[in-house]
Amino acid sequence: MARLLYLAAAVAFIIGSPRTARGGNRIAGAGMLLAIIVTLVDQDVVGWGTIVAGLVVGGVAGGLLALRVQMTAMPQLVAAFNGFGGLASVLVALAEIDRVAAAFDVETGVVAVLTLAVGAITFSGSFVAYAKLQGLMTGRPIVLAGGKTANAVMALGIAALGVWAVAAEVAPAFWIATAVALILGVFAVIPIGGADMPVVISLLNSLSGVAAALAGFIISNEALIVGGALVGAAGLILTIQMGEAMNRTLANVLFSGFGGATGPVAMSDKPVKRATPDDVAISLAYAETVVVVPGYGLAVAQAQHAVRDLATQLEERGVRVAYAIHPVAGRMPGHMNVLLAEADVPYEQLLDLEQSNPRFGLTDVVLVIGANDVVNPSARDDATSPIYGMPILEVDRARTVVVVKRSLSPGFAGIDNPLFYKDTTMMLFDDGKAAVESIIGALATV
Amino acid sequence: MSDLFIAGIVVFVLASFVGLEVISKVPPTLHTPLMSGANAISGITIVGALVAAGTGSGTAATILGFLAVAAATINVVGGFLVTDRMLHMFQPKAPRRGKGG
Repeated sequence: MARLLYLAAAVAFIIGSPRTARGGNRIAGAGMLLAIIVTLVDQDVVGWGTIVAGLVVGGVAGGLLALRVQMTAMPQLVAAFNGFGGLASVLVALAEIDRVAAAFDVETGVVAVLTLAVGAITFSGSFVAYAKLQGLMTGRPIVLAGGKTANAVMALGIAALGVWAVAAEVAPAFWIATAVALILGVFAVIPIGGADMPVVISLLNSLSGVAAALAGFIISNEALIVGGALVGAAGLILTIQMGEAMNRTLANVLFSGFGGATGPVAMSDKPVKRATPDDVAISLAYAETVVVVPGYGLAVAQAQHAVRDLATQLEERGVRVAYAIHPVAGRMPGHMNVLLAEADVPYEQLLDLEQSNPRFGLTDVVLVIGANDVVNPSARDDATSPIYGMPILEVDRARTVVVVKRSLSPGFAGIDNPLFYKDTTMMLFDDGKAAVESIIGALATV
Repeated sequence: MSDLFIAGIVVFVLASFVGLEVISKVPPTLHTPLMSGANAISGITIVGALVAAGTGSGTAATILGFLAVAAATINVVGGFLVTDRMLHMFQPKAPRRGKGG
């Protein structure tokens, strides 16, 4: 009976996970509640105090984090949650090892080692990603000499410890393998730059699901296996899509130490056309169609509400406004959409890459705020460019492009952007929020 | 290999394909709530954590069980709440939230 109810919970996850409405999320939540209740009823629970204490501590911490987080900080919150998921799977495996005194049959023992390895890498890797995203450590890649060799040695060490642990039924060997995996997780993520975080978070998300599914094999529970497999699949799809959006393979992201400016950049000394907020306000006011291209700089400047106010004023003047969002505009998949939704931008105005590019040729003014590499025409035109082949928003096809940027400094990839020097491009040098607010001010006088 | 273990592998493979199929249809706009929702679902490890915490005996089992339940609960409660918060913002024509700082 309990197994059928676990199956019902798993079905709820499948039904709930792809839904766009809140109902889907609630169906999945109901499935989770069902799985929890079944477990509490089905097992001969003796340690109620431990359970209640864990539920209260975890519930209060998770609830506070979820309700208080700023939408800009969503990537680091998801990274932290991934980490806790990996940690939970590790602890479940360790508790089971303790219960059976490390005497598993071979296949369960192997799964236990895998759970510990994947879960521990997910845990420590996620908290390094958290520290990078939260600004607790540099977002630039930290490349250590011999790092790759060290990682390979650690991976082999985990395998060797695992063989020893399973063959000789030695509990401490499981623990040592876990400790090595924790170190490996740190070493695996520190060489990865801040701009590659969308890929890393997606991958860690996938691994947290895999760890849960593996833990399901240890305790023979289908709900864990199905739920974990779903999350593993979701994370894998997002990992692949983010990699495609950056024209990078997963191996390249993980092992190249890219994703941060790596050396001196050859900047062009060609002149740029500087604009004042009044120039920008005039061109926006007399446009029929305006497309806003938000980048991570917009999120950093907390400018999404100001942009929404600007769009509202333009719409009152009869200008049609839309937003073109590159898949890696934020620090996690779909992050920019969340930031704009928070600022009450209507869902229909959010265009993805495929929807946006055919429109730019028909657009009067494109307003690029805090984005750089994702609008760099070199990715399309210059076969020698390091970002050649990366899908971009082809804003240079619009009649006028306004780029709001703090300075001419290069983006994360450290590459000069020919867009800035085009005749049809105006540069407005300012903080994203201040720039948009001064454009709004200037608009009132047009 | 036990039948139960093999059945588990079958379930895992099928669920992975179902996951790839349904989730690849989610539009990019909703990828963040998709990920945080997936996060909450990966908190299903809570089932294993409850078993460990509730049936284990001895100090090590109690400590491991408590930590496992706490970590998994953060995932479950936090994941579902934050996903609900985000999906609320995407809802058309819903009463708008105040523009928080």
